[in-house]
Amino acid sequence: MSSVAEAPVAPRPSAWRRFRGWLSNPWGRPRFLPLVTWGYVVWSIVPVLIAVQFSFNATRSRTTWQGFSTRWYWGDPVDSVWHDPTLRDALVQSLKLAVADVVIATPIGVLLAIGLARWHGRGSGSSNFLMLFPLVTPEIVMGVALLLVFTDLFTFVGTGTTAQILGHVTFSISFVVVIVRGRLFSIGRQYEEAAADLGASPTAALTRVLLPLLMPAIVASAAVVFAISLDDFVISQWLSKGGETDTVPVIIYSATRAAPLPSTNAIATIMMLLSLASVTIGFLVWRAFTRGERQAGQSVVRDMGTAPRVGDI
Amino acid sequence: MYRRWLWPGFALPGVIWLIVLFLVPFYTVLAVALGTVDPILFQAVPIWNPLEWNVGWLNEVVHRLGPGGNLTDVALRTLEYVAIAVGLSLLIGYPVAYYIARLAGRTKALLLILVIAPLWINYLMRMLAWVNLLAPDGYVNRFLTYTHILSEPRDWLGGQASTVILALVYGYIPFFILPLFAALDRIDQSQLEAARDLGASRFRTFLHVTLPLSKLGILGGAVLIALPMFGDYYTPNIVSGAAQTSMIGNQIDYYFHGGPQPTIGAAITIVLAAFLTVLMGYYLWTIHRSTQQERTT
Repeated sequence: MSSVAEAPVAPRPSAWRRFRGWLSNPWGRPRFLPLVTWGYVVWSIVPVLIAVQFSFNATRSRTTWQGFSTRWYWGDPVDSVWHDPTLRDALVQSLKLAVADVVIATPIGVLLAIGLARWHGRGSGSSNFLMLFPLVTPEIVMGVALLLVFTDLFTFVGTGTTAQILGHVTFSISFVVVIVRGRLFSIGRQYEEAAADLGASPTAALTRVLLPLLMPAIVASAAVVFAISLDDFVISQWLSKGGETDTVPVIIYSATRAAPLPSTNAIATIMMLLSLASVTIGFLVWRAFTRGERQAGQSVVRDMGTAPRVGDI
Repeated sequence: MYRRWLWPGFALPGVIWLIVLFLVPFYTVLAVALGTVDPILFQAVPIWNPLEWNVGWLNEVVHRLGPGGNLTDVALRTLEYVAIAVGLSLLIGYPVAYYIARLAGRTKALLLILVIAPLWINYLMRMLAWVNLLAPDGYVNRFLTYTHILSEPRDWLGGQASTVILALVYGYIPFFILPLFAALDRIDQSQLEAARDLGASRFRTFLHVTLPLSKLGILGGAVLIALPMFGDYYTPNIVSGAAQTSMIGNQIDYYFHGGPQPTIGAAITIVLAAFLTVLMGYYLWTIHRSTQQERTT
């Protein structure tokens, strides 16, 4: 990279020469790459910020800014998130599903991760394979499958809240497994073996050594499950029976296709803050727990680059 | 005995859950797609015994999707939209991932946060944002007419293929950039220096070292975004809603929600899942092969 260092010393080359230099060497350190990158970031974030801005609009318009107000959150006696029963019910339903999902999927996923990492007998390979599938199956395929199973086979479940919770847990388990298993691999077996050498029973080694070490991954996976449950649209929609069982994303979907008010933007903003807060808390807890384990040079960036959503398969 | 059953016992609840609520539902789709239809009520009647399966409906759907059928256009359109959207994602995503992984320096962490953030913002909110912007009196039309690029506002949301493709790119591109970033970030700096020391130009270094080393990242990201795009029905519905931009997912949605026959919907789902399994299988196989190579070298 020595050629880069010379540049500031020499007098500034003419625009034409710089352009020709860029043409002959577009992958050096041109202005082109930062331009594309920052352009991309602006393009991906700014529309969302504008949508947030219009949730505070003083009038019914979502396209013309006419002053700041909080009427779409609680001020408006009919159409605000606080007063419109449809929006309020949707928010409650979304939170209900997310909490139930965390409570059920996290323990099952943690146990499955430990089991799959330690069990090498017959059936472990296919169980591992089975666990990967929900991560790559398109949601519509899973939605169709779950809808049909609840209407044709497990008819006692039917559609509605129970079906939605079962569906959310089904796609969440694999996320928990991937996060917890990553942690299991990085801590290795030596702590458990040391505990066993010192006379701990397998159960004691598990509860007093392994579980505390897994804690950051458990908290992080709970946060991730909460966020993906809040953000889920397809499974919630296919398993909804309408009315009170519509979640916020389902409401946003139907409102956007009809004639949305800024209150749609308001409830979307609330959801965005909830899931961003959940993931941020999960990440900070992970950082706090694993402080001191990181070696020099292993940065936050590395942690984030290997974030679970990447599909660590 | 206790030790032998300890670990499988841990896995048991999760495995049972996935069998009952993942494998059995798949079997149900098969049973419905290969079942019959009640002649009076037009309701799907699943056939649970594989020996009695009726391939009539599946055959019909395959014919409709094949050349000359009434779903041919939809199938080709879906392939076209996904191919263009994945191509555009590569075109935009590669420079972004490359810059963040190799050249961003002190802004690396900030950029990474900004690239990851959209993953945790509700997909439908991000679509809603564009619906607001692309409305007839929205910011996009106002900007384009103000600068005289357009003489009058364009109806972006009235069934334009370009809007649907751009919405797909906007929705899924973060899932493409992240695995690509991870692949580029993992490349050992010394390999690039070796290439440069041996006299390769920057461009040749990129072409012969960086690009091959990031191939798996490109492939992984492309599969990761192509899979949900093939099953997408909400994006075209939100930003267009017109029949001329309908994708295969819209057909499945139509046959189940208010449509005439879930059996046909289930049969399309089976065909789609079979097609995507080939895609997934290829991807998992390349990963498997590359890890094998890593182990042997």
